[in-house]
This record gives sequence, structure tokens and C-alpha cells, in this order.
Amino acid sequence: MSTDNITHTHSAHVSHHFKDATQEYDSGKQGIWLFMVTEILMFGAVLVGYGIFHHLYPAMFSEGAKQLDWKLGFINTLVLIFSSFTMAISIQLIQRNQIKKAAMALAVTILCGAIFMVIKYFEWTHKFHMGFYPGRFLDMAKTHAEHANLGMYFGFYYCMTGLHGLHVLIGMGLITWLLIRTIRGDFHSQYWIPVEGVGIFWHIVDLIWIFLFPLLYLVG
Amino acid sequence: MAANNHKHDPNVLHPHISPTSMYLKVAAALFGLTILTVVAHQFHHQLGAFASLVAFGIAAVKATLVLLYFMHLKDDNNMNRAIFASGFFFLIVLLLFSVVDIATRVTEVSPL
Amino acid sequence: MGHSSSAHGENYINCEKGLWSWLTTVDHKRIGLMYMITVMFFFFVGGVMALLLRLELFAPNTVQGVGQVLKNGDVYNQVLTYHGAIMVFMVIVPGIPAILGNFFLPIHLGAKDVAFPKINLASWYCFMFGAALAIATFFTHKIDTGWTFYTPYSIRTGTSTVLMVLGAFVMGMSSVLTGLNFIVTVHKLRAPGMTMHRMPLFVWALYSTAILQMLATPVLAITLLLLAAEKLFGVGIFDPALGGDPVLFQHFFWFYSHPAVYIMILPAMGVVSELIAAFSRKVIFGYTAIAYSSLGIAAVSFFVWGHHMFVSGQSATAGIIFSFITMLVGVPTAIKMFNWVATIYKGSVSFDSPMLFALGFLFLFAIGGVTGIMLAVLPIDVHFHDTYFVVAHFHYVMVGGTLMALMGGFYYWFPKMFGKMFSETLARLSFVFIFIGFNVTFFPQFILGAMGMPRRYFDYIPNYEALNKISTVGSWLILTGFLIGLYAIVQGIRKGEKAPMNPWGAKTLEWQTSSPPPHFNFDVEPVVTAGPYEYR
Repeated sequence: MSTDNITHTHSAHVSHHFKDATQEYDSGKQGIWLFMVTEILMFGAVLVGYGIFHHLYPAMFSEGAKQLDWKLGFINTLVLIFSSFTMAISIQLIQRNQIKKAAMALAVTILCGAIFMVIKYFEWTHKFHMGFYPGRFLDMAKTHAEHANLGMYFGFYYCMTGLHGLHVLIGMGLITWLLIRTIRGDFHSQYWIPVEGVGIFWHIVDLIWIFLFPLLYLVG
Repeated sequence: MAANNHKHDPNVLHPHISPTSMYLKVAAALFGLTILTVVAHQFHHQLGAFASLVAFGIAAVKATLVLLYFMHLKDDNNMNRAIFASGFFFLIVLLLFSVVDIATRVTEVSPL
Repeated sequence: MGHSSSAHGENYINCEKGLWSWLTTVDHKRIGLMYMITVMFFFFVGGVMALLLRLELFAPNTVQGVGQVLKNGDVYNQVLTYHGAIMVFMVIVPGIPAILGNFFLPIHLGAKDVAFPKINLASWYCFMFGAALAIATFFTHKIDTGWTFYTPYSIRTGTSTVLMVLGAFVMGMSSVLTGLNFIVTVHKLRAPGMTMHRMPLFVWALYSTAILQMLATPVLAITLLLLAAEKLFGVGIFDPALGGDPVLFQHFFWFYSHPAVYIMILPAMGVVSELIAAFSRKVIFGYTAIAYSSLGIAAVSFFVWGHHMFVSGQSATAGIIFSFITMLVGVPTAIKMFNWVATIYKGSVSFDSPMLFALGFLFLFAIGGVTGIMLAVLPIDVHFHDTYFVVAHFHYVMVGGTLMALMGGFYYWFPKMFGKMFSETLARLSFVFIFIGFNVTFFPQFILGAMGMPRRYFDYIPNYEALNKISTVGSWLILTGFLIGLYAIVQGIRKGEKAPMNPWGAKTLEWQTSSPPPHFNFDVEPVVTAGPYEYR
């Protein structure tokens, strides 16, 4: 049993309450997937609300979507997809013990997250500037809104992108933690479950954006 | 005993390592599909009611790619797949019953 | 099996000392005890609120000031809200899973700990933080929306809705983390030989509960966040002025909160399965049926939430559909009841105090369940809705069901948790007071409801006075019962005799390790060769 050191330079470290590395890895993985279900249900419930009201007020949603700049949404989609790619590749690099490259990939992922947030920031402030506040705070006169309840569209817009942006920030924080640990040498071909876990979280954030982009920018 | 049992030693992990080319292909496909979404959007007047159908169809394909290849659900066990699918199932339940209410509420009370 | 470390008298309580060792522990047993202390505290606070409400309703406020205890109706609404919110979010939802579940689920499976011990500790801190946020509202603008936070009132009111719902959100995260831990522990950490069909029924119940916690709580989380956004930024989703829909809030809210009812009752059913098997000295009747009916109840619970909304303005079509599906809940529930009764039948029943609580559960839950079926019938509910009939019904389920099981389970496992015995006489006495007091308090409320007395009101017409007086006296009996119970517990911990390894002669794994258990639960990892109830 103690022979892994001969062929593997690293051996998995196993917490006291697990029998072996496989059990620990499988448990961790399942825990992450369970947590992702809660993320899907949380975002999904807003999407359900969005779907219902979009169906009730298609013209109003169409008017709202026209106010957004799809080019910025498009760029952000590409940025997030690229960050998903670097995140996925970092795990593969750690599994192959290429730690330096993995750290680079993680750093690029954080950078992409930051770019996404900066673009998001400019989008939001621009909307505020134009008077597109959420809900009943929407400036009807300044925006020349055709529909009296246009604020609801922006209510959804700010709630969905805000919650998503919060997840991007949390993800960036978690990846920074991973980056520090990677540089410290905590991860190797026998231990990478935290990277994979955060990775799955980051992909979920990407996945949600894949749906938010057409929902918010391209409807109607 | 070590050499023979090595593959079955539960303390040694044998991850399914996908080649870099796979990640590159998937990323390229995702980029392409995103561009396709925008291109399709330019014709949304011609597409009419199908426009959103096309947009969400493409989004669904992209999501599937991310799930299967980036999140490795392709190589994962059935339990984790079932866990993930359960989330979507209960979302549909939430949508369905809420819609049953809202779709019938107005027709019952409204004279229009 | 060997008892090397326990032979030296070392156990999970004395292996480390000092407050810090408790606040940083990742031992599921210690975390269970920490939950116990906090939940007991909140139960005390919520209980005081309940006593105040009953005191106010002791007499109608006929002449100005006479019979009036609370300052005015606003204060009554606040007390009512805190009673509901504290009891739901801080007592009954975490109650059995976080206290008894945390302590015994890993031991029942023969594991050393839950799958993610640090996350388990984090869930306790989440719970404390969320509770602190909720309690903070008490010192700002006391909230008066009721625990359901219905829109549009919760948006329009000047009280601290936002802080309160954020508290509930954080406590929801704690609930999710506990559920996540339990599911992975059940799937991955079972001892050799511990197949799914050899797990104790308590574990099956906790497993079903955990599934509900995972699938329902996120929807509550987002609903509460949207409500906070609605209050702060007026986003319009639940606001009719912008074409939003307040009834949609109720749909989202009950999508969680109906399954939450089973988050509250399923663990209680699990405890009762353990108690009835142990004190009937008999293989439990219909193990598979009870195990899968837990999953059945969990599954059905997602399709019935609309029965809380029969008079909310939801469409009659939806109401009829929900009404029919709701009656299905009766099927898996009745399967459990019949199997418990069949287990008792011709068993060698001993009426120790835990068993008394289990029998009390059967009796009260039967009443709570049957009135539940009545309320599931749409036309009857339209009549009874928002009357004391509903109040009586859910107290029979929540208090008569969950709290009875919690008390019974607590006495049952007390010797294992603390390594001491409690005074059986005091425990029985507390049961007698709680059981009688409970019925005296809540049975008259069925009649009051049938007479048409609306719930949530500060005052009532003199016709309802006699029954309200009886009900208030009952609340004092319940108080006496719980005080006796508390005394029995404190006395047991301080002066109780040393508990043997298996005082009840039960067969599940926790009774095969020392009392209290060693730090890692078992000195030697157990190997399971038979089911959990192999009584001869």
C-alpha cells in the first residue's frame, strides 16, 4: 500500500474520517454537484419569473432589451467562455503536474473575471446615467419609456446580472485562493479536488451567463 | 504486490485526463456558437417567432458542451448526473404549476 | 469490539477542554450539542412569545384596558411574527436534523464523522449569523409581517423586512450545508456491510429531509432576495403597480415552505421509528415501506404547495389540481402510521419515557394528519382558512409531532450523548404535563376555528371567551412540562448515574460504542452483518 511514492512523486493526503483517497475524492465531487443543484434552482427560479412575465408583456421586454448594447453582452460572453476554458485547462495541467502553467491559467481566469466585471460596471453606470433605474425608480420622462411598467424589465435585468455578478466576484475570490495554494505547491497529480470544485462553480457561472445573454440582450 | 495491485489501490487517483486539443475544440465551438447567436439575431425580423427559439436552442447546445466537456459530466458517474438533472426537473415543476395558475386565473375572472 | 480509548475514560466531551475547543471543533457530536444549546435558547424565546400571545387572548378586551396584556395590536402582531419566525426558522427546521441528526447520523452509519466536517461547523456559524441578523430586527423596527413575509404588505411596511429576510436567507444556507453533508455521508461513508437497506429508519428520514433541504431551500433563498430587492429598489416583480404579481411571491414562497413542513416532520417520523422498534422489542414491521414512504413524502411535497393559497386569488383550476394532489400525501403518511401500529402489535412493549413520547406522537400526529386531509379539500379549506382550525391543525403536526419526537428522541439518546441517566420519574412527569397541556391548549382551537374565530387577531368577541381561557390555561401546563423536562436534563447531566453502553437494549450501531462515544465514535470500525432491528 505504501508503494505510491515509487511511481508517484506525490501521494494523496487523506483526511482522518475517510478510508482512502478515492472515497475522499468521490465525496468531494458529489458534494460539489449537490451544491451546484442549489445554484441552478436559485437562478432558475428567477428565470421562471422572467419567463412568466416575458410571456405576459412581450412588447415591454422587447423595448427593454433594445436599450441594452448587445455588443457589450457579446464581448462579455466571449470573455467568460475564454475564462471557462482557462479554468478547465488549469485542472488538466495540475493533473499532469505542470504547476507553473496551471498557475498562469488561473491568473488569466481571474483577469477575465475582472474584465467581465469592468464591462458590467460600465454597462450599469451608463444605464443609471440614462435613467434606467429598476422598477418604480425608472425615470419615465428621461428615458421616454413607451411602456408604463418598463421598470420591471430593468428590475429583472439588475437582479439577474447583479446576482450573477456577485457570483463572478465570489468565484474570483475563490480562484485567487486557489492561485495562492497552487503557487504554494498544495496541488499535484494526486490532489486537486478544490480546483475542480471551484472550477465546476466557475463553469456554472459561465453556464448561467450563456442563458442570460440571449434572455436579456436579444429578446424580441 | 505493489506492481499488480497498483491500479486498484484506492489511495492512488487515476483521473480521466482529457487532451488539451479537446479543450481547444470545445472552446472554439463555444466561440463559434456565440457568433452564430449574434448573426442569427441580425435576422430576427425574418425569423419572427423562431428568433428566440433559435437563440435558446444555441444556448442549450453551448450549455451542454460546457456541462459535458468542461465540467466533465461526460466522464462522471450516473449519480452525479442524476443529482444535476434533478435541479432542472424541480425547476420545471415550479414553472409548470405557477403557469397553470397564472394562465387560468385571468380567463376565469376577466370579462375580456 | 475493543474499547481501548474508552477504557481509559476518554470520550468526545473530555478529549479536549475549553470554550475555544468547542467553537473550533469539527466533531459532529460536539456540533450537535452546540446546535442543541442554541436551539434550546431560541425555543425558550419563541416559547415566551407564545405564552404572551395566549396571555393576551385569555380574555377579550371588552372594556378599554381590561383583559389587555400587550400594549396594542401592533405589539401583538410583532410578538406573533417573532413567535412564528423563531419557531420555524430557528427551532423546528434545524431541530431534529441539526441536533440529533448531526450527533447520530454518522454513528448510525458506522462512520467517523460526516463527509465535510468543516462545512458542518460552517453551517453552525451560518445559523448563528443568520439568527443574529433576525434577532437584530428586534432592536430596530420590529417586524410584523408574520413569518411568511407576504407581499405587498412586507414591501410597504416600514419595519425591518430586509434584515429579517437576509437572516432567513443565511439560516437557509446553514440548512443547505447540513443537507449536503448528510446526503454525501449517506452515499459515501457507510461502514463495511452497511447497505442502504440496513440503515436505521432515522437515517432514511434524515436522507429524505436532506433532499428536500437541497432542492427547496434555494428557491426560498432567491425569493427572499427578490423580496429584499423589491423593498430596497422596487424592482416590480411582486408589485401589481408595475404589472408584477404578489401571488407569484406566494407560489415561490410555498414551493419551499411546503416541503419545509416535511423538513420539519420527516426527521420526527424517523425518530419515532427508532423509538417504537426499540421499545417494542420487535423487528420493525414494513422496514422497506417506512423507508421508501419517507422518500415518497419528500417527492409528493413538491407538487402540493398551492393548498396554502386556496383563498389567495390563485385560479380555481390550480386550486382543484393542488387539492387533489394534496390528498396523495395521506398515502405515504398512513403507510407509516399503520406500520408503526403493526410494530407495536404483539411486541413486548415497555413504557419508558421515550416510548411515551412516541405514543404521544402517534396520537397527536394522527389528529394533525387527519385534519390536514380535511383542509386539503378545497371547499372545506375555503371555510376554515385563516381560522383557528388551521392554527390547531399545524400545531398538532409541528408541536404534537415534531416537538414530541424531539423530546422522545432526546430522552432516548440522552444516556449516549452525556453518558448519564436521567430521572425517569421526572421525564414521565414532563410527558404527562406536555401531553395534557398540549391537548388542553390546542383542541379548543379546533372548535374555535369551526365557530369562525379568525387567526392572527389581537382581540375577539365575547362568545369565544370560555374556550380561549381553557386554551391559555393549557399553555401554562405545557410550560410546566417543559420546565420539568429541563430540570430532568440538568439534573441528569449533573448528578445522573453513569449510563451503561446500551440502557434500552436497542440494536442500532450507536449502542455498540461506549457512552459517551469516543472522539472518533468507534474504537474499531464496525462491520455490519445484519439489519438495524434484529430483535428476537
